[in-house]
Parts: sequence; C-alpha cells; structure tokens
Amino acid sequence: MEISEFIKKLEIEFEDIPKSSLTPSTKINDIEGWSSMHSLIVVALADTEYGVTLKGEEMKKAQSIQELFDIIRSKSTGK
Amino acid sequence: MAFFSIENIRVKGIASAVPKGEESNWDYDFINEQERKLLIKTTGVEKRRIVKDSGLTTTDLGMAAAEKILKDTGTSKEEIEILVFVSQTPDYFLPASSILLQSRLGLAKTCMAYDINLGCSGYIYGLSSIASMMNTAKIRKGLLIAGDISSKAAQREDKSVYPLFGDAATATLLEYDECADKMSFSLQSDGSGYESIIVRDGGMRKPMSKESFIVEQISPGVSRAPRNLELNGMEVFNFSVTEVPLNIEDFFRRTNTTVDSYNYFVMHQANLLMNETIRKKLKFPVEKVPYTLSKFGNTSSASIPLTIVSELRNKIAAPLSFLLTGFGVGLSWGTVSLKTRNLVCSEVIEL
Repeated sequence: MEISEFIKKLEIEFEDIPKSSLTPSTKINDIEGWSSMHSLIVVALADTEYGVTLKGEEMKKAQSIQELFDIIRSKSTGK
Repeated sequence: MAFFSIENIRVKGIASAVPKGEESNWDYDFINEQERKLLIKTTGVEKRRIVKDSGLTTTDLGMAAAEKILKDTGTSKEEIEILVFVSQTPDYFLPASSILLQSRLGLAKTCMAYDINLGCSGYIYGLSSIASMMNTAKIRKGLLIAGDISSKAAQREDKSVYPLFGDAATATLLEYDECADKMSFSLQSDGSGYESIIVRDGGMRKPMSKESFIVEQISPGVSRAPRNLELNGMEVFNFSVTEVPLNIEDFFRRTNTTVDSYNYFVMHQANLLMNETIRKKLKFPVEKVPYTLSKFGNTSSASIPLTIVSELRNKIAAPLSFLLTGFGVGLSWGTVSLKTRNLVCSEVIEL
C-alpha cells in the first residue's frame, strides 16, 4: 500500500481539485473548496479500496494527506 | 435473527403521488457552484418534489395514490379489510393517520387500520407487517400506504440535509392468493445509532418550545434548529455500507439465492455514493438496479415503491423476482424478496 497510489485514487475521485496538486504534506483544511462531501468520498474510498471503515472523528484527526493515509494503513493491516 | 417467510400474499399493484412543486439542486445557491456540482455528483440528487406551502400532507398524497391503485386494479373499497400507514410525518400526533385514511378513502368500518413509525426501512417493515396479518387472518385485500414529507423538517441552511430530501407517498395493494410465491424477510435494528438521523424536539422527551425554533450554526454550511431534521452523513454512510451488504449476504445464504436469482434489486434511495458502494460490494450489475435519486431525491419510506413505479413501469408485465432493501433512521434496516405476476404500476400522480 503506497501513498502515491492513494493520492492518485484521491485525485480520480476529486474531479474538482486540480491534478497533481496533492502531496503527502498537503494540509486537508488548506485544500481549496474542501467540504464534507470530500470527507464522504474519502470514507467511501477507504471502504471500497482498502476495506477500512473510517469514522468521522478519525477523519477529523487527520491534518494532512500523510496522516489520513497512515490511519487507513494502520486499520487495514492484519486484514 | 428476524428472518422469516410469509405465504399466500401477493403484491398486486403500486401507485405513487408526488407534489407538483419541484426544486432543482442546481438552483441551491446556499452553497457555491463548485460545491453544488460535487454535491449533485456525489448524492445523485438533481431535483426534488416538495410540498412547499401547499398545505399537502402525507395522507393527502397517500390518499391520491390509494385511489389510483384501487381504480387501476378495479378493486372496490369494500374489499379492503386492512390499511397500514408507514410514515414519520403523520398529520397529527394522534389519532393515527391510517384511521383518518380509512374514513377519507371511504373504506368499511370493518377495515382494521394502524400506523408504523419508520422511515427509510419502513416499506420493508410495512410489507412484512401487513402480509403477515393478512396471511394469519386470511384477509383478502389490503393497502399499504408509505410516504413522508421530510422537507417540512429540513432547514434550507443545512446543506447536509436540505438538498437530499423529497416528498412522496405510495400505495401498495396486496391480495390473498394461495398460488402466490412466498415473500422472505430479514429485518434488523440498532437503536444505539438513534442520533444519526433525528428530529430532537417535538416529542415527549423534548416537547416543542420557543428554543425549538432557534437556528444555530453547527459548522460551516450547517445551521439548524432543534425542530429540524438532523443527519450525520458519515455515520449513516458507514452503517449502510457495512450492515446492508452483511444483511443481504446472509439473506442469500438463508434463501439459497444469488444475485442471479433476481431481476431487480431496488434499494432505498439514500444517496448515490452510498447506494453505489452497496451495489458494487454485492456485485449487482447496474442494469438490475434502478435509481430515482436524480428525479425525486430521498423520499424516505416511499423511495422503493416510487422507484419501481417510476423506473420499471413498462417492464412489469412479465413475472419478476425482486430483492428490495431499506436502511436508515432508527437505525433500522431490512430486506425482502418477492415475486410479482401482472403487477399493476400506475403512472406517478402529481398533486
């Protein structure tokens, strides 16, 4: 499970966010136009691609794309 | 496990009614264009019918649908011996709306009537309740009326609720028929999630007060009063995409069926991202899964019958095998399999 692959998947889902604008250090709240819909899309992605149920509070805890990825990865290990 | 089958009852016909008043989410200028586009793409909801200030209630819509299905199936009112009304937006706290409908429809006083207070799962629970009553009491004909006018409780300045919900009511005619294929049900509930979808004020726990109407900002784009419908999108999402596939996989095992056993899989119309996640997990092909989200939004207990009427009306002459699933407020969820033959589907009525 690679972060570059995760970012690629995010960019496919977020059609409204410019391509190649996301990096591991991108702060989620700094992404222009970020809304609760994006959070929902991340939760769907975590479920379908990684088999992980991402809770609302876990989503809120993640400051950056890297942190978001780390949460998903930690929850998916052992599956 | 509340898994069971009911014999001798057939779904004979379905009609539905929506208000004329239409709203498009493309005009929802409470959020900016970029967010609007993403909202429509993610939820799948483009247009919704809402009662606005027409004064229409759920029973008004339900009554029109009931009159229509009785007429289109050539059923006389004296034949109806049971009426079950499923809604969370009844006309009054009391008496029950089903009883108002018994009189307004001109049904006999020998007709039994009662309400069921459920939302998104309500059609499945309603079918199980009326079918088991009809089978036990050998009642020849019954009406299940299911619908909601959720827009009445939605606050326009709450983007997590307002653009999702539409108003509608439906009427389903059921018949006692010893040749009918059995219906199988699997019903579940989890009250620990009661706050995921809730109207906090107006019941006996928190009676309506002046404070019930005070709108407060909860987060950017989400302002509401305690009398308004509140929805935790993330929790509902996780619940639905986890529990619904589990329920249906278990249902497949118990009924010894697979995706291939069904002509159509009709889901409660919650939101597109959620419904598509469920569809993909279960591996149902797109052509078996009709949607009305874009036309009507989430119409609560009306969404499954409304989708059948609206999308499958011209395909129901042949014998068909349906898998229906409802999930949401409660939390409550359930699945039914049923077979139809010469099902009558009336055109969607506009009031």
